[in-house]
Parts: sequence; C-alpha cells; structure tokens
Amino acid sequence: MTVGLAHYLFVSAVLFSLGVVGVMVRRNAIIIFMSIELMLNAVNLTFVAFGRFHHTLDGQLFVFFVMVVAAAEAVVGLAIIISVFRLRESVDVDRMNLFKW
Amino acid sequence: MSYIWLILLLPALGVIINGFFARWVGRRGVSWIGPGVVGLAFLVACRAFFDIWALPADGRLVEEVFYTWIGSGRFTVEMALQIDPLSVVMMLVVTGVGFLIHVYSVGYMHDDPGYTRYFTYLNLFTLSMLVLVSANNFLLMFIGWEAVGLCSYLLIGFWFERDSAANAGMKAFIVNRIGDFGFLVGMMLIFVTFGTLDFTEVFHAAPGALALGGPTATLIALLLFVGAVGKSAQIPLYVWLPDAMEGPTPVSALIHAATMVTAGVYMLARCSALYVLAPFALAVVATVGVATALFAATIGLVQNDIKRVLAYSTVSQLGYMFTACGVGAFGAAIFHLMMHAFFKALLFLGAGSVIHGMGGEQDIQKMGALRRHMPVTHVTFLIASLAIAGIFPFAGFFSKDEILFSAFASGHYGVWAVAVFTAFLTAFYMFRLHFLIFHGTSRVDREMARHIHESPRVMTRPLAVLAVLSAVGGFVGIPIIYGGNKIGAFLAPALAHTEAHAPHAGVGTELGLMAFSLAVAAVGIALAWRWYLARPEVPGRIAQRYRTLYRLLLNKYFVDEIYDDLVVRPARVGSEAVYQRFDLRVIDGAVNGAGALVRSFASAIRVYQTGYVRNYALSILVGVVLVMAYYLWL
Repeated sequence: MTVGLAHYLFVSAVLFSLGVVGVMVRRNAIIIFMSIELMLNAVNLTFVAFGRFHHTLDGQLFVFFVMVVAAAEAVVGLAIIISVFRLRESVDVDRMNLFKW
Repeated sequence: MSYIWLILLLPALGVIINGFFARWVGRRGVSWIGPGVVGLAFLVACRAFFDIWALPADGRLVEEVFYTWIGSGRFTVEMALQIDPLSVVMMLVVTGVGFLIHVYSVGYMHDDPGYTRYFTYLNLFTLSMLVLVSANNFLLMFIGWEAVGLCSYLLIGFWFERDSAANAGMKAFIVNRIGDFGFLVGMMLIFVTFGTLDFTEVFHAAPGALALGGPTATLIALLLFVGAVGKSAQIPLYVWLPDAMEGPTPVSALIHAATMVTAGVYMLARCSALYVLAPFALAVVATVGVATALFAATIGLVQNDIKRVLAYSTVSQLGYMFTACGVGAFGAAIFHLMMHAFFKALLFLGAGSVIHGMGGEQDIQKMGALRRHMPVTHVTFLIASLAIAGIFPFAGFFSKDEILFSAFASGHYGVWAVAVFTAFLTAFYMFRLHFLIFHGTSRVDREMARHIHESPRVMTRPLAVLAVLSAVGGFVGIPIIYGGNKIGAFLAPALAHTEAHAPHAGVGTELGLMAFSLAVAAVGIALAWRWYLARPEVPGRIAQRYRTLYRLLLNKYFVDEIYDDLVVRPARVGSEAVYQRFDLRVIDGAVNGAGALVRSFASAIRVYQTGYVRNYALSILVGVVLVMAYYLWL
C-alpha cells in the first residue's frame, strides 16, 4: 500500500479535530494553548503534504511563516497566562470572565 | 481709489491689537492706538472726499471691488465698496466725530477697569459703521447693520455687573431684531424682483421694473422702513434708545446719537430711488417721522435725567430726519444728520463732562449754577443748545429750516405745522436743561459742591472742536443764495428726487419761514428762561394743576408698561407653557424614549456576552462549520 495525499490529509484532520476538541472541553489555559499549537501543526502537515504532491516548495515556505507566528503567539499567550496566574493564582479559564458586561 | 480699503483696515487693526495684544502694548499703547486708527481713517476719508470732489458731478461714483464674496448661480455678491457723495459724507461724519469721541473717551474712561475692552468695542463699532455706509450692495450693508447692532449691545451692557445695564443691552438687541427682520425680508424681495443686490444695478433698474406706486415698490419701501424704524428708534420701536443710556456717556454720544441711530436715515437716502416710486411709503415715513418728533419731544419736556432728556431729543431729531425723507428731501435729511452728529455728540460729551465733574450725578434737579465751575463745558453746551434749538447762525438752524421749508414747499402743511411746534418744544426743553444745569441757584449738596471740577483737557479739546463745527458747520448748506447750498448740490447726484419736491417756493417764502421758525425757537427759549430762571416756582405749579398730563409725560406715556403687558408678558407666559408642554414632554420624551428603547433591547441580548472564551470559541467553530457547509453542499 502506497501512502498517498489522502492519508496525510486524514492524519492532519484528526490532529486538527483533536486540537478543536481540546480547546472546547479543557479548562486549563496551558492545555488549551497546547491544543491550539496542535491545530497549527495539523495545518503545517497539510501544507507540507500538498507541497510534496504538487512538486513545489511553496508549502514548506508557508510552514516557516506559520511557525514564526506560532512562536510569537506562544510568547504573548504565555505572558498573558503568567499575568493571569499572578493575579488569580489559577489558570482555569472558567474563572476568567472579565470580558463580561 | 484702491487706498479706500485702508479706511476699513485701520479700525480692524485697532480691534486686533486692542483686543488680543493689549497686554503687549499696555494701557498707554491702547490710548494711542484706539483713537489713532480712527484719526488715520478720517484722513483716508478726507482724501476720498477730495478725490470724489475732483470728479465731474455726474461721474462721482467709484466702486472698488475687492473680490467676489458669494457666487452661486445667478446670485452674486461682491466684497466691494461704493464711494459716492453720500457714502463719503457718512464716512467723514463717522470717522471725524468718532475720532473726537475716541479722544474724549481716553479721559472719560481713564479709571475704568475695562479700558482696553472699551476701546476694542469702540474700534469694532467704527469698523462696522464704515462697512455699513460704504457697502455697494444690500448684503454687505446688512453685515455692517448687524455688526453695529452687536457693538451697540456690547457697549450698552458695558458695565454688565449692573442688572439695569445688562437688561438695557438685551432690550436694544431684541427690539432691533424686529426691525432687522423687516430689512431682511425687504432685501429678499429686492433679490426676487431684481435678481441682484447691487445698489447701482437695483437703483438703475428700479424705474423700469417697478410701477410708480405699485404694490411691489410700496412693499419693498415699507419693509426697508421697518428696518430703519428699529435702528433709528422711531415709533413704535423707539423704546430701546432711552434705556441705551445705561452705557458709558461717550458711547451714547457716538452710537446712540451721532452715528449708529442715523443708519436708518442713511439707508432711506441710499434707497431714495426706490422710495420715490412709492408715494404711499413716503407718506408713512413722513407721518411716523413727524409723530415721533412730537411724541419724543413732549416726553423730553419733563425728564430729570440729563442723559434721558438728550436721548428723547435724539429720538425727536431722528424723527425730523425721517420727516425730511418722507417729504422727498433726502438731501435735507442727510444735511440734518450731519449737523445733528455735531451738536448732539457735543451735547452728550458735555453731559458726560458734567457727570464726570459731579462724580456720577445725572439728576438735573440736583445741579444748578455749574457755569462757574465748568466754563468750557458751559460755553460748548450753550453753543450746542443754540444749534439744536435752531438759532441763527448755528448748525441746526440751516438744516432744520431746510426740512421745514421742504415740508412746506412740497405741500405737506400739516407735517410742517407739527414740525414747527416740535421745534418750539425742542428749544424749550433744551434750554430748560441748560438753565437747570448751568444757571440759577445751586442745588448741589455741600459735600459734593467742593469736588466739582472742570474736566481734563483731553476731554475739553474735543468739546471745543465740536463746538466750532456746531457753530459754523451749517454754512455748508446756506439756502436762498443760488449755489450756496454746497452740501445739497454735492449730494444731489447720489439721491433721487420726487416730483412733488420739484416746484420751488420763492425766496420770499423761504425767508418768511425762516424768520417764523427763528421766532418760534426764540419764544421757546424765552419761556424756558421765564419758568426756570426768572420764576422757578412756576413749573411746580403747572405740574400740580395738570397732574394727570404731567404724570403721563413723566412716565413716558406708559409705553414701556404697555409693551410689557402686551408683548413681553404674553411671550413669557406662552414660552413657559410651550416649555412645559412641548419641550419637556414631546422633545425630552422622544430623546428619553429612544434611550429607553436601546436600553431594553440591549438588556435582552447582553446575556449572550458571557465573558467565557470557550463560548466565543464555540460560536466561531459553529460559524466556520456553517460557512464550510454552505460552500460544500449548497
């Protein structure tokens, strides 16, 4: 059995769904954060797979961008989580409802 | 004549410097700049006068266009000045008399904390008045017209800490609004009829476009006259002028005697080409004018406030000017306007000098025998009184006589008779004032008597100059001798003439009328002398015998009270009712209702804003799924 594009896309979709479900159901902000990273990496996998099958480098190029954005996002996100933790001594997102009327 | 713009630029410069940079130039600087710019403007006006004089008589009309102010379709208004004999005469009066009053103010207002504010307003007034008299179209004239009204308001209420002054300012402003409304509507009607607001074009087209005595001509003339009635304090809108005496005395002299209040007369003379087409409007003008002259003179007979007597006298003299316009003698009206500017400014400045010397006292019953303390004021005041009474050869004699003669010669015998009787009253009340202030026994209380002093030279010098003008100014308009009436001949090209004015009565008639009015004035003075100097107990007895009449006059025919009941109070009550019913319920209700509606809608949907990030993420996910479903399956 040869491994084709569909296989890669299926793995990617599974990873992405896992990330979405993680964001939806977990309460720990750090876990949510990791789930977001999971989604980003699922997208990266899709990019690389498409790049391989279309014989271009564009997909791999885009992955670098996504990784840069993910790194920047991780810095900002972790900083926010640390400040919230200092304020509340907790990273439970259900207790973070400051954006309410 | 492009230098004519300087005449506006100079006072404008004074306003800017005195208004914004007074701290830099200091009090001394303001004292020089305030009068200085007006003096320089006077020199510009003189130059303009000589340049106009040098032109041939029928070519004395120069228009200086600065730029097109409004250009919208057919409607064009230029920022332009018109220099012709009429506007030059007005410029000379405004800047000349204005300059003297500015100089006088340096002394009179010396200790006032609002010194720089005062000169800013005064310069602003000069600027506005010059715009009014030199505009070449109705709209620009209206700008000046409104601006002088504003300055009048600011200066009447100059001592605004005093309630009476603040109220008098508002009264003047509101009463003038009524007149301005007439002017504005008249102006619109002119535009609708002629398609332009330019003086030259309108007056040129008027004889062809309007039928003699037709409804349009009459309506325009009457509407403009409503404006003049407000500004020039004629019946029924004269009530603001006596109250305007709350302002500083030099302001009364400049604005409420010499210049601004004569704007209505100027406007009628400027529009003479329209008025000669409306005989009915002219009859109204003459009637209102002569009625005002008589009415105000009778009130002036019994007033005891020195400035109020002069205020009613001003109303009365303005009535004379309108009478002259009404009988078609526009030149005589302008001549009297000019002479009146001299002697009435002098009377007011003299009154200011008296008030200054008496430490603020204005009641003539508490004066008397001041001539020893204030020789210069006494002599100049006497000259002005003789001039207004119409005694030969002082200024008022020639101008008033020309009005009386014009009324007689054009067949308005009733108007003439009333005007002559008013001349008698004028002579009487002016000399009553004069005798009570300067002659007889002193009724000043002891403490005050030691402080009475003549005014400083900066105040008496302008008095002397005005006294000379009041004494000999009339000679520019000597009648009888052919060609002697220089001012009449000078103004003639700028004015239109009625048919009725054309048939001239003979020299004999004119001399006879002169002698008669001179005799009438002399009788008035003699009567004042007899009642107030020879037998001072008589006036009290007369007041006792005709108590009702005396009370009626003393209370100014109760006109203020009648207006209060008929206009002011109903307006207040009506406004209060509208406020309660409409403003509070309808308008506030609509605003509050809109607010309440938004509030209730918001409280219904705000529960969806939970503040939980996961809820928001879920809604994003649902949205993404829906969008994808739409593209994949639909």
